[in-house]
Amino acid sequence: MSDVILEVRDLVKHFPIRKGVLFKKTVGQIKAVDGVSLDLHKGETLGIVGESGCGKSTLAKLLMNLEQPTAGSIRYQGRDVLKLSAAEQRKLRRNIQLVMQDPYTSLNPRMTVGDIIGEPFEIHTDAAPKGDRRRKVQELLDVVGLNPEHINRYPHQFSGGQRQRIGIARALALRPEIIVCDEPVSALDVSIQAQVMNLLDGLQRDFNLSYIFIAHDLSVVRHIADRVGVMYLGKMVELGTDDEIYDTPTHPYTQALLSAVPVPDPTARQHKTVIRLEGDVPSPANPPSGCRFRTRCWKAQEICATTPPLLQISAKSPHPSACHFAEIRDVVHAG
Amino acid sequence: MSSPEVATATSPTEPTAVPATPAAAEVAPRKEKNRGLWSDAWYELRRKPLFVISAILITIFVLMAAFPQLFSSVDPTVQDLHKSLEKPDFGAWFKFGEQGQFGYNVLGQDIYARVIYGARASIVVGVFAVLGNMLLGGFFGIVSGYLGGWTDTLLARFGDIFLGLPFVLGALVILSTFASVQSDPSAFRITSLVILTFIVLGWPSFARIMRASVLSTKQLDYVHAAQALGARPGRIVFRHVLPNAMAPMVVVGTITLGAYIGAEATLSFLGVGLRPPVVSWGIMIGESRNFMEPAPYIMAFPAAFLVVAVLSFVMLGDAVRDALDPKLR
Repeated sequence: MSDVILEVRDLVKHFPIRKGVLFKKTVGQIKAVDGVSLDLHKGETLGIVGESGCGKSTLAKLLMNLEQPTAGSIRYQGRDVLKLSAAEQRKLRRNIQLVMQDPYTSLNPRMTVGDIIGEPFEIHTDAAPKGDRRRKVQELLDVVGLNPEHINRYPHQFSGGQRQRIGIARALALRPEIIVCDEPVSALDVSIQAQVMNLLDGLQRDFNLSYIFIAHDLSVVRHIADRVGVMYLGKMVELGTDDEIYDTPTHPYTQALLSAVPVPDPTARQHKTVIRLEGDVPSPANPPSGCRFRTRCWKAQEICATTPPLLQISAKSPHPSACHFAEIRDVVHAG
Repeated sequence: MSSPEVATATSPTEPTAVPATPAAAEVAPRKEKNRGLWSDAWYELRRKPLFVISAILITIFVLMAAFPQLFSSVDPTVQDLHKSLEKPDFGAWFKFGEQGQFGYNVLGQDIYARVIYGARASIVVGVFAVLGNMLLGGFFGIVSGYLGGWTDTLLARFGDIFLGLPFVLGALVILSTFASVQSDPSAFRITSLVILTFIVLGWPSFARIMRASVLSTKQLDYVHAAQALGARPGRIVFRHVLPNAMAPMVVVGTITLGAYIGAEATLSFLGVGLRPPVVSWGIMIGESRNFMEPAPYIMAFPAAFLVVAVLSFVMLGDAVRDALDPKLR
């Protein structure tokens, strides 16, 4: 559990805002991801939570090398991914795979399930000999709990949960070490979410996988993640084990987020304080100075407008938290 | 996998291992074969009456175009003024070796023979013009849609030059330049000129259709998924983008095919397109204009053939498009 296989340092992605028809002028930057650092250990699940537009999916695309970062580094097993040649990057892709959010658009409707799951073998021809591929695809179908007989069916003949299993089988085909899950269950029914999450859980044990699990559903992340990172407006604001984040959150944003989780017990609900945030998330094109959360924070003081807080361990926060006034406050259990 | 069996199999429930239906077990030997999009489409097409009918009709028309002697033993250019404007002889229908089934035109030429021999020019022009447009327009559409940026801008402006020319005016200019009205070009030369004219004036609209559908297809999740797997651009274009972006162009192509057979008739009528001694349905319809009242059959028979031919190509296009889309099965 201790060896780091993926090391992300100060990852930045700015999307230019362009104007003009023929000669485009850059008039601004959308700061989608603005200095995110994280480590992924072998066999662990790192959950990333945050509300819509905070840069979670951009982070996933950067990790998958589908977008080129503006700055920062991604090191896989000690080697800088961004400085590799095209051929080495292709090889590397075998080890980092992606499960996408929407199972209805992530599978090519004109390919059979066998072709979809077999495609990784066609791209990386050395992964399996040609005659062996069909059997391997059927094995994969079996692994993710689908009937191997259905190899000639098309994606539209499956339900959402089954399609997500096909997506997982495709990600598993090349026996990767890391799977980036970009909201893999948010498009599914709640009952099916649990099945898919249990499947991911079981696969992690069987194949010793590491997950980066991106979601906006706090309870989903708590269920599956060993460590959790909370993102706000392109920055990581708090990072810790799931117990640290859920039981002893120190960043005001995390506290506000957790206080919004519904409590099933009606008597406990009466004692619960809900922290209501004022206003909207500021535009990532023009984020606030200093701490990005200060415009909605009840603790904000002058220092927050001038000095951006670092994601660090402080006297009152035993795990990294990017707040000048970080302090433990259990919002889930007590009022 | 027959269609009713597919219908029963399309209601999967979530629980992990769905047991194979009895029907699926029956056809198990078939299912063992690894099938792809095209073999599935072919399997599907053979069961479609629409496809079968249009395929039979098109085969007949193609045979007619290739071997007109099979259908008529009469020379379509022979004139016999004694027979000028003779009415159709319905008694001669379905009897091989007879003449005058469809009557005679003002020059006393056998209309049945001319309709048969006319198929070649009309079908060759229509089919090759559409194929050329699809290849050229499709290629530039994929290039500009997939690459985007400057390539896209340049190609779009370049195509606009051709789109800016009104079709008939453009065709008149091109054809009268390369084959003036007084000249007497060979049948091959004038036919290929007409086809080239249609391609030159038509490819930008095909390119636009292709570009639009490539643009919308290339940002779909499964394209990103293929990129994430490390697929090269060739694979992404041919396996993922093209099959999912082709349908609009195929449909427009089959519709345009009919329009081109009609346009060929228009140009022949204006005197710049195909011209006698080449026989085409367009020329025949053009010739009939002065005899609409005394001899409507001079127009009716070539027009009927034209309509049936165009219709069968449109139906074929529809059937192929549906078969290539598994969702519609």
